[in-house]
This record gives sequence, structure tokens and C-alpha cells, in this order.
Amino acid sequence: MNVVVPFEGIGASVRRKEDPRFLSGRGQYTDDIVRPNQAYACILRSPHAHAAIRGIDTAAAKAMPGVLAVFTGADMAGIGGLPCGWQIHSKDGSPMAEPKHPVLAEGKVRHVGDPVAVVVAETRAQARDAAEAIVVDYEVLPAAATMEAALAPGAPAIHEGAPGNICYDWHLGDKAATDAAFAAAHKVVSFETSNNRLVPNAMEPRAAIGDYDTATGEYTLWTTSQNPHVIRLLMGAFVLQIPEAKLRVIAPDVGGGFGSKIFHYAEEAIVTWAAGRLGRPVKWTADRTESFMSDAHGRDHVTKAELALDKDGKFLALRVSTLANMGAYLSTFAPSVPTYLYATLLAGCYTTPAIYAEVKAVFTNTVPVDAYRGAGRPEATFLLERLVDIAAAEMGMDRIEIRRRNFIPPDAFPYQTPVALQYDSGNYHATLDAALQAADWAGFEARRAEAARRGRLRGIGCSTYIEACGIAPSAVVGSLGARAGLYEVGTIRVHPTGSVTVLTGAHSHGQGHETTFAQLVADQLGVPLAQVEVVHGDTARVPFGMGTYGSRSLAVGGSAMVKAMDKIIAKGKRIAAHLMEASVEDVEFDRGTFRVAGTDKTKSLAEIALAAYVPHNYPIEELEPGLEETAFYDPKNFTYPGGCHIAEVEIDPETGQVQVVNFTAVDDVGRVINPMIVEGQVQGGVAQGVGQALLEQAVYDAEGQLLSGSMMDYCLPRAEDLPPVGVATHTTLCTHNPLGVKGCGEVGAIGSPPAVINAVVDALRDYGVRHIEMPATPQRIWSIIHAKRPAAAE
Amino acid sequence: MPQVTLTVNGKSHTVEVEGRTLLVELLREKLRLTGTHVGCDTSQCGACVVHVNGESVKSCTLLALQADGAQVTTIEGLAKPDGTLHPMQEAFREYHALQCGFCTPGMVMAAIDLVQKHPQGLSEREIREGLEGNLCRCTGYHNIVKAIAAAAEVMHGRRSEIARAAE
Repeated sequence: MNVVVPFEGIGASVRRKEDPRFLSGRGQYTDDIVRPNQAYACILRSPHAHAAIRGIDTAAAKAMPGVLAVFTGADMAGIGGLPCGWQIHSKDGSPMAEPKHPVLAEGKVRHVGDPVAVVVAETRAQARDAAEAIVVDYEVLPAAATMEAALAPGAPAIHEGAPGNICYDWHLGDKAATDAAFAAAHKVVSFETSNNRLVPNAMEPRAAIGDYDTATGEYTLWTTSQNPHVIRLLMGAFVLQIPEAKLRVIAPDVGGGFGSKIFHYAEEAIVTWAAGRLGRPVKWTADRTESFMSDAHGRDHVTKAELALDKDGKFLALRVSTLANMGAYLSTFAPSVPTYLYATLLAGCYTTPAIYAEVKAVFTNTVPVDAYRGAGRPEATFLLERLVDIAAAEMGMDRIEIRRRNFIPPDAFPYQTPVALQYDSGNYHATLDAALQAADWAGFEARRAEAARRGRLRGIGCSTYIEACGIAPSAVVGSLGARAGLYEVGTIRVHPTGSVTVLTGAHSHGQGHETTFAQLVADQLGVPLAQVEVVHGDTARVPFGMGTYGSRSLAVGGSAMVKAMDKIIAKGKRIAAHLMEASVEDVEFDRGTFRVAGTDKTKSLAEIALAAYVPHNYPIEELEPGLEETAFYDPKNFTYPGGCHIAEVEIDPETGQVQVVNFTAVDDVGRVINPMIVEGQVQGGVAQGVGQALLEQAVYDAEGQLLSGSMMDYCLPRAEDLPPVGVATHTTLCTHNPLGVKGCGEVGAIGSPPAVINAVVDALRDYGVRHIEMPATPQRIWSIIHAKRPAAAE
Repeated sequence: MPQVTLTVNGKSHTVEVEGRTLLVELLREKLRLTGTHVGCDTSQCGACVVHVNGESVKSCTLLALQADGAQVTTIEGLAKPDGTLHPMQEAFREYHALQCGFCTPGMVMAAIDLVQKHPQGLSEREIREGLEGNLCRCTGYHNIVKAIAAAAEVMHGRRSEIARAAE
């Protein structure tokens, strides 16, 4: 009988292993977990952007029903501040200003939402009631809610030790060469732009449960984290001084992260510490309003960019000057985002020989800003791809032709950019050509004319982008200020009967790792997919790993698995050689079968595993029993996905409403393990990019009140705001990791915003529009349309 | 404390609640049906959608006491007792219409109600408009829309099974 086994290895769109539990309500997110005798924490937060705390009266709160304790900054005075994981040095060599980030406010609050006190009570409602009974005597201080206000002469000082509210003043690139190229240029094109401040808004609000075992002295923290080992390290070593061996951090099912759940947050330390103080589990769950004012925000740059060109449209030099908002405190990886994840990307896909960027990071009385999907790379890509379109218009060149003329050619890899990175592979012409064809760029003018007959302004725009991810080589990032290594760990545990458990330090919060990693292992070891289980998110089960961000899970974590599988296969060959009385060199392994080359003598992986665990007939003198291997993989370079995104929009001139009517993404993400999951990642990233381009903006008023502090005020994309997103891939392999993979988690959010804005500007070309800031809201567009008559009509 | 009696997924419960207790709190904390999620505090996200007397309702927007005597169905009550998934659940899996899974229960419950109210079928635009009350931050909705269209065909008997076309 022939049994048809569905192909489920590398390249198959296998349906996800995690879905049945999520679709039947059996996921276990942090707030779903209830510990015996659990108490609830409510955090009282500052209503002011900047204020001195003259006193906190907790007496009434402590007397409220069900209240177990009320803690303030004074109670946690011996506790360390939340540490920053990356140190940037300024132009003059001085280290960045790194003020303490207290867990609970110490004498001063610096943004709306800054934690001031915590109530622990028997129920959630009781904790909340009591928090409202705490009386805080604030002396309200002038606030600096914007970078402009923070940098103005006489601005309020947010921190002692950060004069002028400057965190650092950094630069990258060859200033002299860049200035010289500008001086000799045929044409200089410049523009100023801001990159709008965003709130990540993972659908699951952050939550944490602290637990303390009085018998063993062991703490356990369940938390909504993308990287439980990092939280254990930062919180254990720097904040609470709990040794790793006494601290377990579990990140169970996590409902989206997009960067916002990388960072170590105050609430994690609060519930862990309070659990120890009270001897009871303590749970905290953010409501969405709290998320808006306590989750790290993203982006928030103000930039001046200039491009020097020769008479043929070749880029000669790029000069960029950026202000980057850090918010009130340094979040875990904040300093790296507008520096080494931003300025290093300014070459884009182009051969620009000289680039100079300077970045000033500024403290303001706002929520801390840190990595959000793309982190630095969307900001770089936006300014570059807008600048290229503006340059094409002002040179009288075609937008596509100017890109082609400046692309790094496919035979120029490895390619050293003037901003530190060395790209290993790519083919920008190929992804551009594929996208132009898929989007029917050539046929656009007919669609524009058709839309015009309906009274609509139709435009098309593209962006050709690269990004750097798969982070990152430890020694390289260490030399740039990272206070961590960025390898990943993988353990392959082949059980006695041949099923496999995979332990990974990467963490899945929507990416489908339980499927993709299982596919990888099933493919390489020749084990049915159903017999491979992936374990992640628990420091007690998984060796020390660095987690998931920067599109690194497959490129770094998957590579660790490959290394571990190589060890399994090498050991298996020695066992097989013994069992089949052959020499090791003669044993081959292919998809689950060890064979003596050129013979029909074979042993299955399951047979080898059984022999390894029941070592009766076994080379016990020279080989340990068991079949389990761990590998740590430190990448040799970043990976460089790239591609082309094309957006087509229609504007209703009556309302200024922009509708994205077509979106085409052709991305080079290296080898694809599961095409269905890759397409989903790109579609989701594009949705966030379209959200940034058209809808989303965190808005503060001059006093530092967050006006867009709820889902009623902050405009997240809904189904009717988005078009179908056509996704295709064109692969060039990464040359330096064993899988040839590059990463797909962030490309959608990086490539799409400039494609959308380029399309909007194109739609408004008759109105003499040179640039439109994000988000391109109906109000913004309507104002442009109604301020100017179309040039053609004059 | 006042009492509320309601039927959830076919099982009758009588529970003491505070007057301010929301239906979603009763489901999650008293009945431990944690498949229904809370994603916001302004009735915007739809992660908490359940069926009350056959209609989709944001369970964060109903007091538990208002559900007295009601028939409530949550995501846990959709599959058949033998574990066979509802066509909408099946379609979400087949079309990769979920990533982190957090919005999924509410999205599935809202989608079932949407399809049931449109026996004549739904266009892509109608599906998108019909999802106005549900936010997803992961998928960009592309595959959710496809899944709902496919499930509608099966739920209305126009096709016998959910099967994604060959790629």
C-alpha cells in the first residue's frame, strides 16, 4: 500500500501546530494564569508630565477593604533602577547621560503614567478602589513635552546629570568626504521630516505575576515578554539582586509584541518584589489606558536630510541630522535604535559613496521610546525613499530609473557601505522588476485616468529598501555599546523512541515558531512533524537564550538548531557505525536514516536513539550515552533582507480620505521555510506600516498630557482601512548562516510607509505637493487640496 | 451580593457577583473560561466578543447581571464535543488567519455572527466593514477576510469543506 505523506519540510506551507489551542480558547496568556492564593496589584500612576512629589498619604488606602499592602518609592529605596542595555558615546567620546530609572518614582515624576505607588489587595477591584484613595501631594513643574521644548533655552531640566536634556550627541560616517561631495555636487536636494511617534498596541496588554516559594526561596515571574532570559538577567542582577538560580521567568503564550515586550518594565520588578514581601503571588494586568502610558512608544524623530547628486542622477553623498526622542527615561535598548539600527541603514540599496549622520537624543516628559517593529530601519528607509522620490522629481527623472541607476549591482556583493555595514547578498533589480510587474506599474496611467473620471485622485508609489536584522554578532555589537551578547541557543533532545523536543531561546508571540522550527527539525532529522515539539519561554526549561526581536529567531535561533542537529548527526553516525560494524567515515545520514555508504545496511534515527539510551551494545568506552545536544550560535554578520513595496492609493478630494487600493510586496527574506507564515508576517508588517503612514500618531499636548491615550483616540488600522496585500518573495541566500535565511518579521513595516506616502504625493502631483508628513490624515490632505488650486487648472 | 443565573456553553451556572462585575469578568474569573480576552477598556478591540442569545456581544460592555437568564456561547463552546472544529475555526487555521491568537476568539465569534446574518453571502468589502468592531494587530486582516469568506460558503451549505486552494 502506498501511503501519501504530505510534504511538511522546508518550503511547505504547513498549517500551524499552535492554532488548535488558540482557536479553541485554550491558549494560556499571562492574565489567564491564576496562582493559588493570588493577590492583585494596581499601580497608581502620575497624572502629571513633570512634578515633584512632596508627600504620599497611603493611610486611607491601607484601611480599605481587602488591601494587603501599599508600597511607594520609599519602600523600594534599596532596589536598583531599571537598567539600560546599550551605551552610546557622543562625538566627543563622552558616555551618554544615563539617569536612574526608578521602579517607583523617587521624589519626582517625569511623564504621565510614571508609577508612583502600588496597592496589593485580595481582588482586582479592591486594589483599584484603594489606589484611588492614595493622596499624592504634587508640585507641578513646567514640562517639556516635545523635543523642541526640551531643547529650548531655559527648558525645564528633566534629570540632574543630563544638561540641556541631551542624552547623547552622536555621529557616524565621514563628515569631510561628505561635505566635499556636497560642495562639488551638480544638485543638492533636501527636506525636513518627522517620523511620527507610534504606540505599538499589541492586542494583549502587558501583565505579570510574581510568585515566591517560601520553602525553596525561589522566585517565579510570569510575564508578557519576548525574551524571558533577558528579563531574568536584568531584573535579577540589576534591580532585585536575585541570583539566576533562584529566579525563574516564564513568558507563556504572549499576544503580540512588536518590540514593546522586549524591555524590562517596572511592573515585573514590582510584582516579583511584592510577592517576596507578602509571601503571596501578586498579579498585575494593564488595562489599555495603562498600556498607552507605560508601554514603550516607537519612532519619534525629527530629521533634516540632504542628498547630493551629479548631473546624471547618481547619488554622491547623503547628509542627515536627526533629533531622536528618548522620552523621560532610557528604556532597555532605546539608545541603540536611532544610532546603530538607524544611521547604519542610510545607504539603503544604493551606492552612495559618502554618508554622514548626526543624531542628538533628547529627554522629554513623555513615555520612554524604544524599539517598535523595524526599530530605526523604518525611520531611515522613510527619509531615504522620500528623498529619492523628491530628487527624481527635481531632476526631472523617472522615479524607477533613478533607483536603478543607483542600485548596488547584483555582482557587487559582499558590499561595504560607508556606514559600517557589509551587505552579504541581494538583488535589488530583481525584486524591483518583480514588483513592477505584479503591480502593473506600466498600466497605471490608465487606472489614474479611470479614477479621475470618478472624481478620485489616484497615485502610485514605490520604495526599494534593505534592512539589517538577524541581530547580531556579539563582538560587533559589544564594540558599539551593547551590554549583552546576541547569540541564540538551541537544544535538540532526541528521546529514546525517536520523538524530538526542541528547546529554543527565541520566543514566539505570533510568529509561529512552534511550526516553523518543528518543520526545520523534521526536515533535517527526517522525523514526522507531529513528533517534534518546540519549547520556548521558560528559563527553567531552556538554556540561556536572548529571545525574539530584530527578525532574529530563524537566522540566529534556527542556526543554533542546525548546529545542534549537526552534533546529533555526528554522534548518531558513531553509534550507527558501531551497530553496523562499519567505520564512521562510511556512514551517511539522510532524512532519518543512517546508511553504510554503498550498502543496504541502515539504521533509523529511532533505532540509534534507543541504542543511545539503552547502551547495551554501544561504544560506551568512547561515547557517552544519550542523544541530546545544545549549541550556541553567534552570527557572523547581520542579515540583509530587501525588496520593493508598491502602494496604489485613491484620494477623495471632497474629504481628503486616502484609501490604499492595491499593495504589492516583493521581498527577499532569504530561504523560506513556511511560505504561508512568511506571507502572514509581511502582511502584518505592511498593515502596521500603512497604519504609520495614514492613521497612527501618539499626540501630547504642551503640558505633556497624552491626548491619544485610548483606542478611541489612537487610530489603529481596521479591516476596512487596509487593502488585500499581495506578497511574493525573490530569494538570494544569506551567505553566512547555515540556512541561508534572512528574516521576515520587520520587512513589512520598514518598506511600506514610504511607498504609501510616495503614492499619496503622486496622487496630489497637480497640487504642487513636495512632501506630506505621516500620518497623511484626511485633515492634512484636505487642507492641501483646499489651500491650492491644481497647477493644471491655473 | 446579587446572584446571576445564566447558561454558558450549554451548562447552567448561578454565580454571586458584585453589581459592577462585567460579563467578561464573570466568564474569565468566576467560570475560568479564559478563551474570552480583554484587549482594551473602551469597547474598541472586540477581543471579548461572545454570543448572548445568539447575537455577538462585547462582553466587556455588558454587566454580568444583565446576562441573567441568557444563553451565552464562548469560544470554548464552539467545537463539537468530539473536538471537531466549527467551520469558522477550521477556516481560520486553514487560511492562517491568526498569529498571536489574542484577538482570535473575539474575531471568530464576531465572524460567525456576521456570516449568520448574511445568508445570501458577503463581498470582501462587506466582510471588512463587518469587522469594524474587531482589531487585529498581527495579520493585517488579509487572511481573516479570506477565512471568513471560505467559512461562509461551508456554513451556508454551498461547499462541503474548508480547503485552501492549491498555491
